[in-house]
Amino acid sequence: MGLSLELAQISKTYNGHEVLQECSWTFEPGLTHVIMGPNGTGKSTLLRICALLEVPDRGRVNFLAGGLPLAPDLALKRRLTLVLPGVGVFNTSVFHNVAYGLKIRGIGSREIEERVGAILETVGLAAKRRQRALDLSTGQSKRLGLARAMVIDPEVLLLDEPTASIDQENSEIIEGIINKIKAERKATIIMVTHDPIQAERLADRLLIMKEGSLLPG
Amino acid sequence: MEGVRAGGPYPLPQTPSPIPYSGLSHVDTILQGFISAFKLILALDPELLKIIWLSLQVSGGALLLAILLGLPLGALMALRRLPLRGLILSILNTGMGLPPVVVGLVLYLLLSRSGPLGFMSLLYTPGAMIIAQFILAFPIVTSLAHTAIVNVNPIIRQAARVLGANPWQEALTVIREARYGIITGGIAGLGRVTAEVGSVIIVGGNIAGYTRVITTTIALETDKGNFDLAIALGIILLGLSLLINLALRAIQRLGRTSSGVILWD
Repeated sequence: MGLSLELAQISKTYNGHEVLQECSWTFEPGLTHVIMGPNGTGKSTLLRICALLEVPDRGRVNFLAGGLPLAPDLALKRRLTLVLPGVGVFNTSVFHNVAYGLKIRGIGSREIEERVGAILETVGLAAKRRQRALDLSTGQSKRLGLARAMVIDPEVLLLDEPTASIDQENSEIIEGIINKIKAERKATIIMVTHDPIQAERLADRLLIMKEGSLLPG
Repeated sequence: MEGVRAGGPYPLPQTPSPIPYSGLSHVDTILQGFISAFKLILALDPELLKIIWLSLQVSGGALLLAILLGLPLGALMALRRLPLRGLILSILNTGMGLPPVVVGLVLYLLLSRSGPLGFMSLLYTPGAMIIAQFILAFPIVTSLAHTAIVNVNPIIRQAARVLGANPWQEALTVIREARYGIITGGIAGLGRVTAEVGSVIIVGGNIAGYTRVITTTIALETDKGNFDLAIALGIILLGLSLLINLALRAIQRLGRTSSGVILWD
């Protein structure tokens, strides 16, 4: 079961503009929360704060496992991940990109081989495992980003516009992968999208970001 | 007047011809030098091999030292907000154009018996030559490593972090992404030191069999008019430069190529 996240009156200001204004919400464990809203309303900032990439100016994020709070240390950071909108593909092969999260956790090479092989099959990149990852198309790169996240089996999966700027076919593949994660892994998923139909299809909880605060959709 | 010989001024000193007169034209002499040079190379002349080996040891040692110290400093400046970073970078950039003879002169003064580092007895040893070439290579290696690392897209660092990297793993990931630029810096440093003569001739003393390297031998043998060995070493030095440049090109292409299977991981 995934972790639950409590946002407690989070505020964040950029260049004098308060993007998040005392934003509070509880993301329930094991459910998929889809956040929608216009550009510049703080959706990505919220995800980055949830991923512990950024610190809010005020307020805090609490991670809870079975109702007990967790310290925001490396161990917690390794239980969650964020798929960035630009992915951040490493200049190495597709295989080594996906294996990265396992290598830094000290997983053995045989297990890495098995787990990465299985994930690459799932995201449809098995045939490209030895190819340079920077040569992938945008859609394939997005799938690579999901594969990198999936392989570490996160309890909280944060997705920042996973289907933005890609074609219908790749978008459907990615949605299929997200559905598979929902069905098999029971992770807490928080996803940002601009596609209302996709949001309807994937969301257990639909949220709207408005004026720096989250509202039920 | 005392000291001035009667009968006119001293005769002007004759400038010695660089090529001893042998009835051959300069072009013939050079051609003959090339032929002898190839014979020396093909025969794997022990003297030639010794000079080449020492050159590689000195330049390789200097480069290794420059990488060992320069890469961490370059990385530290790129990844952390160091105080005086701007000043250090300005010094390094100035150091990239250091005249080798000036380095040789300053090092000579420091290492000479009466100098502050004279107690180390390093003057006229390969160790002094390595230090001299290290001083020349260090700014290039450090500065180019810094540039390569600082130019890595910030999203790489974020990607490493969200995938669970600790601060060390995060830094190593960014450095790894900059590997082609770092290697380019190393090769540029090697190119700088293999071709220089000014500093090593001053602090090494060009002692046969001990501190005589390719460039100092060329200078000496040319002075003596012994072109066979000078040309042979010149060819080898050019070959080394060519190899270094080919390696540089290959690495730059490897870093930029946009297709194909990964060959190096």
